[in-house]
Amino acid sequence: MIEEPRYNLTELLACVAAGLLEDGCSAFVGTGLPIVAGMLAQRTHAPGLLIIFEAGGIGPHVPVLPISVGDSRTYYKASAASSMHDVMSASQAGYVDYGFLGGAAMDCYGNVNTTVIGDWSHPKTRLPGSGGGNDVGSLCWRTIYLMRQQSTRTFVNKLDFVTTPGYLTGPGARERAGLPAGTGPYRVITQLGVYDFNEATKRLHLLVLHPGVTAQQVQEASEFEIFIPDRVAVSPEPTVEQLRILREIDPRGMVIGK
Amino acid sequence: MNDPVEFSGELIGWHDPDENRRWVRENKSRQLADKRTTVAEAIRKYVPDGSLVAVGGFGHIRVPMALIYELVRQRKRDLTVVCNPGVHDIDILIGGGCVSRVDVAYAFGHELRGLSPCGRRAVESGQVKVTGEISNAGYQWRFLAAAMGVPFMPVRSMLGTSIIKHSSARVIEDPWSGKPICLVPACYPDVALFHVHRCDQYGNAQIDGILADDFELARAARRLIITTEEIIDHEDIQRRPWRTVIPFYLVDAVIEVPFGAHPTEMSVAYYFDEEHIAHWLKVSKTPEGTIKYFEEYVFGMPDFESYLEKVGGLRKLTHLKQVMKLQPDSTSSRDGAS
Repeated sequence: MIEEPRYNLTELLACVAAGLLEDGCSAFVGTGLPIVAGMLAQRTHAPGLLIIFEAGGIGPHVPVLPISVGDSRTYYKASAASSMHDVMSASQAGYVDYGFLGGAAMDCYGNVNTTVIGDWSHPKTRLPGSGGGNDVGSLCWRTIYLMRQQSTRTFVNKLDFVTTPGYLTGPGARERAGLPAGTGPYRVITQLGVYDFNEATKRLHLLVLHPGVTAQQVQEASEFEIFIPDRVAVSPEPTVEQLRILREIDPRGMVIGK
Repeated sequence: MNDPVEFSGELIGWHDPDENRRWVRENKSRQLADKRTTVAEAIRKYVPDGSLVAVGGFGHIRVPMALIYELVRQRKRDLTVVCNPGVHDIDILIGGGCVSRVDVAYAFGHELRGLSPCGRRAVESGQVKVTGEISNAGYQWRFLAAAMGVPFMPVRSMLGTSIIKHSSARVIEDPWSGKPICLVPACYPDVALFHVHRCDQYGNAQIDGILADDFELARAARRLIITTEEIIDHEDIQRRPWRTVIPFYLVDAVIEVPFGAHPTEMSVAYYFDEEHIAHWLKVSKTPEGTIKYFEEYVFGMPDFESYLEKVGGLRKLTHLKQVMKLQPDSTSSRDGAS
């Protein structure tokens, strides 16, 4: 018997991402899926989640989905509407636990390209560049990546450009480059599952599969080899309550409709 | 330390700090003088072809659109634009043919709204050259260094990435910790353009909502043009001087332009005109559509008031104010989150 799915992929990813955020932590979020996840966490298990936006919004209770990172919704009922210098300095000083980012392509160490496909001087495709992405990935304690389209074109052996640092070339490389000690990518969430990074090798490691996805699909959708443990957990499906809140957050389906 | 890095980014907007101090001494008036003028005159006077231009606000927030459209109207050419980030502003300026070089923290995109057809076409065809890469915080700290009158700022982002190689930053060893540290050079744009909520005739300006990097940029740029929703009395500034984000001696020109950020958002005052932004993103998919847009909305309009009439007038602007206040739609417009 085939039933109409109760939820779509974006809703699942939003719930999985929200689940990673603990109450009482601080998280740098961008527009799109990251803010949806942050808002969902705040309205469910993490009411004390300190949401921070790059343009200066600190501790908002975002009423509806903002369209831009500096949108007035990003400091609605906030503790402060401040500046980029203030929040970026706070993250450089160690106040920001989580950073949420997207990316066009990633390698096995969690390095990310959002700048250019092809040669930098003669780009095949020009992407927007770092924005605040590099700062978030450099300065927050733990970076979480949301990449909706894992494939051999986005999980690649070699990036054309490293915009945001993952573990660079492996263990110790971030610290050797001068990045704040003890920081780096924490989880990667794709349409197939959730990954973490092996403590010893700093390489991508399968942690959780989404419902109905197999380990073989995960490996086939990557140019580099992904370590797959014998036992892998399965993501919980979104609850009715989570879905209700998601539709309240984004009533027009600007993000969750995709 | 790391492997030696070859740096290829062009150094944009740098001055020796003593040279800039001299320039400030000779060129920036300390007089509390009336700086009111017109948009056309301010752009004519302070933005010659070839200038390095920076724009206040953030992405689609508080962008001085009346000034941006005027740059297009006066057919300014060969500008280098700081994209810190650059979103609707840089897209319009590239589409209007004003730009030959961009220094990029973020450009060629419209956040949730997708990538910019016009900006990408220009950079992928070579019409616009990217002088270098940097991050948003990196650029704002370049402005901070300039605002402080110091030659550079040490920062801990960008290290270990390709950005460093394509930027004007350098990596040295911190003399105290011995760890590598990134130095971003001061950046003094020739001119910065702002739209604020209110200021007096001298340029003392108040901004509501987030500042993004406007505090630093206003102190870094050599010339400042400010459009404002409202010109208020100097006494109103004096009553709450702690609200002044930009003090008068930084400012060169003041122009009252209500709704001067349209179609971008004016923090807590009016929301994005999603309908108009979507229209631009649609027509700018082709060079012909881009030209037609400017004929219709810039060259075909005698002034900014006529432009506001054309995009929907009072009815549209009232609606954008209501959307900002989270009031229910009073019109059938398709505008964003309400």
